Amino acid sequence: MIRQPIHRRIDPKRRANLDHKKQQFATPTYKQQEYPNRLNFYDVPPTAEITLEQFEQWAIDRLKGMMLIAKTILVTNSRIIVLAEIETCSYRNKTPEETEAHINPLLQKNLPLFANTSSAAGASDQKLKDERQKDHYSHFILRLAFSATEDLQRRFVRAETMLFKFRFQKDDSRERRAFIESLNLDWQAVGEDERLELGDSLLNATPGGRRLDRLDEEPWYKVDWERVPELVERRAVYLKKGKAYVPAREQLSVILAEFTARLERALKLTSRALPRLDEDDRLTPILNHLSKNFGSAESVYSEDEGVIEGAPITAASIDHLSQHFPLCMRSLHTTLRKNGHLKHFGRLQYTLFLKGIGLSLEDCLIFWRQAFRGYTDDEFNSKLRYNVRHAYGDVGGDANRRGRGYPPYSCQRILNDTGPGTGQTHGCPYRHFSVDNLISLLQSTGVHDKDVLRGVREDVEKTRYHIACNRVFEWANKADIKRVKEDGTWSQSDLDTIVHPNTYFKRSYLLKNLGNPPKDEK
Amino acid sequence: MPHSVSSNDLPEQDGDDILPDAPPAEIASDSGKEESDVENRKMGIKLEDMFSDDEEDQDFPHSNVNIESSPPPDAVPTSVPTPSKIDTDAMLAFYQRLFPFRSIFQWLNHGIIPSSDFRNREFALTLQNDAYLRYQSYATADQFSKEILKINPSRFEIGPEYNANPRDRKTLRGGQLKPVSKELVFDIDLTDYDDVRTCCAKANICEKCWAFVTMAIEVVDTALRDDFGFEHIMWVYSGRRGAHAWVCDQRARQLPDDRRRAIASYLEIVRGGDKSGKRVNLKRPLHPHISRSLDILKPYFARTTLVDQDAFLSSEQAERLLALLPDKTLNDALRKKWESAPDRPSASKWTDIDALAKAGISSTLNPTALKDAKLDIVLEYTYPRLDSEVSKKMIHLLKSPFVVHPGTGRVCVPIDGRHPEEFNPLTVPTVTELLSEIDAWDANQHSQNVPADAMDGEGSIANDSDARGARKLQDFEKTSLKPYIDRFRSFIAGLIKAEKSNKRERGEEETASGPDAMEF
Ligand SMILES: [Zn+2]
Repeated sequence: MIRQPIHRRIDPKRRANLDHKKQQFATPTYKQQEYPNRLNFYDVPPTAEITLEQFEQWAIDRLKGMMLIAKTILVTNSRIIVLAEIETCSYRNKTPEETEAHINPLLQKNLPLFANTSSAAGASDQKLKDERQKDHYSHFILRLAFSATEDLQRRFVRAETMLFKFRFQKDDSRERRAFIESLNLDWQAVGEDERLELGDSLLNATPGGRRLDRLDEEPWYKVDWERVPELVERRAVYLKKGKAYVPAREQLSVILAEFTARLERALKLTSRALPRLDEDDRLTPILNHLSKNFGSAESVYSEDEGVIEGAPITAASIDHLSQHFPLCMRSLHTTLRKNGHLKHFGRLQYTLFLKGIGLSLEDCLIFWRQAFRGYTDDEFNSKLRYNVRHAYGDVGGDANRRGRGYPPYSCQRILNDTGPGTGQTHGCPYRHFSVDNLISLLQSTGVHDKDVLRGVREDVEKTRYHIACNRVFEWANKADIKRVKEDGTWSQSDLDTIVHPNTYFKRSYLLKNLGNPPKDEK
Repeated sequence: MPHSVSSNDLPEQDGDDILPDAPPAEIASDSGKEESDVENRKMGIKLEDMFSDDEEDQDFPHSNVNIESSPPPDAVPTSVPTPSKIDTDAMLAFYQRLFPFRSIFQWLNHGIIPSSDFRNREFALTLQNDAYLRYQSYATADQFSKEILKINPSRFEIGPEYNANPRDRKTLRGGQLKPVSKELVFDIDLTDYDDVRTCCAKANICEKCWAFVTMAIEVVDTALRDDFGFEHIMWVYSGRRGAHAWVCDQRARQLPDDRRRAIASYLEIVRGGDKSGKRVNLKRPLHPHISRSLDILKPYFARTTLVDQDAFLSSEQAERLLALLPDKTLNDALRKKWESAPDRPSASKWTDIDALAKAGISSTLNPTALKDAKLDIVLEYTYPRLDSEVSKKMIHLLKSPFVVHPGTGRVCVPIDGRHPEEFNPLTVPTVTELLSEIDAWDANQHSQNVPADAMDGEGSIANDSDARGARKLQDFEKTSLKPYIDRFRSFIAGLIKAEKSNKRERGEEETASGPDAMEF
């Protein structure tokens, strides 16, 4: 704590030296930044004297310089690797410990960020400065690449917030405190009288509240509830007249919320500058390349991947094909056949899936028209037809951007979206059904093997829903998988864990019908 | 008008409450529709919202069973309002003589001088032919009432205030029109209670099941006030089978979507769908919000669930109750006891649980687990079921207060949130009743030789005194709509007062000057 301020100011002589070294990387109009803390809230672009809106120009300048492209790509690629892995861990439902074990070595290798205490020179150590600058630059360049679509923005914010959280928790506690102080959060201490008056309410509202109170060490603070949305959302905080009563250790939650909110705002700003960037031929491919490298569970699926060339997929064949559907889609199909009706999120999820297996728009309309058997043509046309066409990109959006409508939902999307409510059937049965209902659904689809069902129960208990789904897939296709492995027609990568309902269908279909590896079909 | 809100025998054309963010159906030519959709895309409206017509079709008779179980349409008593069959002349007369345009304006404008609060507010109109007209906005109260009278919509919704006039969206660059403010809204709909109410289903309601809405209002209103500190909460009857809350505090209006989501999730306890099994799963100790809600709900559980709904009467219903209890031995004993007395009422079954538990019938019984399970059951059967999607997005549109529900003809009147138990949806006036009340009053005046005030233009415009010096009544004052409009006006007065003191604190009080200041 005492050491830090001493090193905060850099000796002018040394700075001149630094500037010289950095000249190729920063034109003289941009001021070099200092990094007293290891952690960064990324409020200030790498160029301290320009506004956030102007920073795009800075990034363009950086990327345009031939020499710098290689270096920049290198730095940003390192960051992408880390972010993609973080996203994958989250998607695979890894525990915090597993995630840490997985991410730590990657971070050390690709994006090291040491504490001031790691060096005798503290924050002015050149190695630390370089690390922090790399961290800083790569973050900002990726903002450009990831502000392009809302989906990318969402994923970037999520992964960056997790990266920040990861580092924050690992930070040296004194340096962490210094960092928090630098954020100037407005926390109001709860007086002893008020705390006693609130008594049980306060303790019951706060997880671990009793233990905390006994320890009597951490102070409580009250903040506007809007600053702790994550605690409010989990109902893990006491609220009174608009104030949230937060124990000191929950600062993390507040800081993360702040981090997320600021990054979301910044990305929205950046996205407005993108049309200008589109005009630059040299830059667009670089940015596209960067965002494509964010390849993880969600993006491994490409638009046509679920389509099987030449397979007879028509409205009339869906009933027969449904044996190849993953449980989520099979459940939707069964419900649809039983009730002659599906609620809208179910329709949406199912329509996009059917589009993904290659059902044409015309056939999809026929399929839904026949399925909603209680509807007259007029009712169907006025209530459903447009939605189906919209999902296919036949209507909606402007012609250029419309493309092929929306991509089929991935498992991640289905797992993370709002689950079904009363009368609704969308979602993932592994996640959204009670275990008993899940098991009887599985049994109704012919899964009776005791070991498989027990495995599914365990998977679901550990919230490894996709493992449960893959387990069922492997069991159902056991003989064929064995065959294609043995005759070498399918490689291991053709049998990777399934993370997309359309991959499930395609693989099941091919195993049963052709025995050819998926790549032959492309 | 019989006190019935039945309509299950007719195709429901209206979604009762929740109106989609986007046109619910294909209404015009493709090209016209695509244009409006382009706008939706630019506005950042997602595909999910395009599909959100579901509330419309959930009551739709999609199976023959449904149709056979109801009388054919021509057997329906003629006075039962039929969807979208409210006479367009009656609607026009309603807007002309009764609709409180000026009050709605003041409510959304937060003051008397027209400001961007009102000017940039989106209105979405459903026309008599069911076409849907989004991004309407009005500069003043006068323009608002004139345009509504001109178009004579069957109903309209209120969306957010934007950063610019929503009518200018075409001249703005793509994505430049952003919502900046809207009331925090909540939606309670009795169809979400279909698994715990036995008296009615789908769009039908009666006084017995309305109790679910009453208890929901009590629980949510209390939490919004005591926990979140909101003060300006208006509850409005949705016209058929539910209620909406409009939280109008400035702090609530400015909440970004993630904070709205946080509140919705804080209030949500009953989760999952029909296949989710036990739908209430709470950590112990219970959060103070839940303990307090239980205090409110226990008496309702005793009266509504156990007696009025008799929710555990059949063996199937009793099995669902048993599935929520923790001890197998106790369950076996209860099952045996109830099988021998098939008509045993729910209240007795509920007390049987503790009686048998105390009798020591099960050696494995964990009394704490049983107590917790019983509290969870109380919540599963009574705790508010909110349509949280409506609350989570600033951009969501919600039906305006005081419009007429096209299915029932009833006016969407405010409900006193402090005394929701006094509200009876079956006595809410319909548009035709109101119009005949005016006629009756006028005829009565005429017979007493008092000139009828034929010149009245709009319900909420105060008129000059008449020849005898007494204030001439506005049309709404001649009808049973009066108490509701009075309530709305006093709510607005409170809101505007708070708004003024907010502005004073921030040193940005509006200066009343020019002709506008005289408008009121
Ligand atoms: Zn009822």
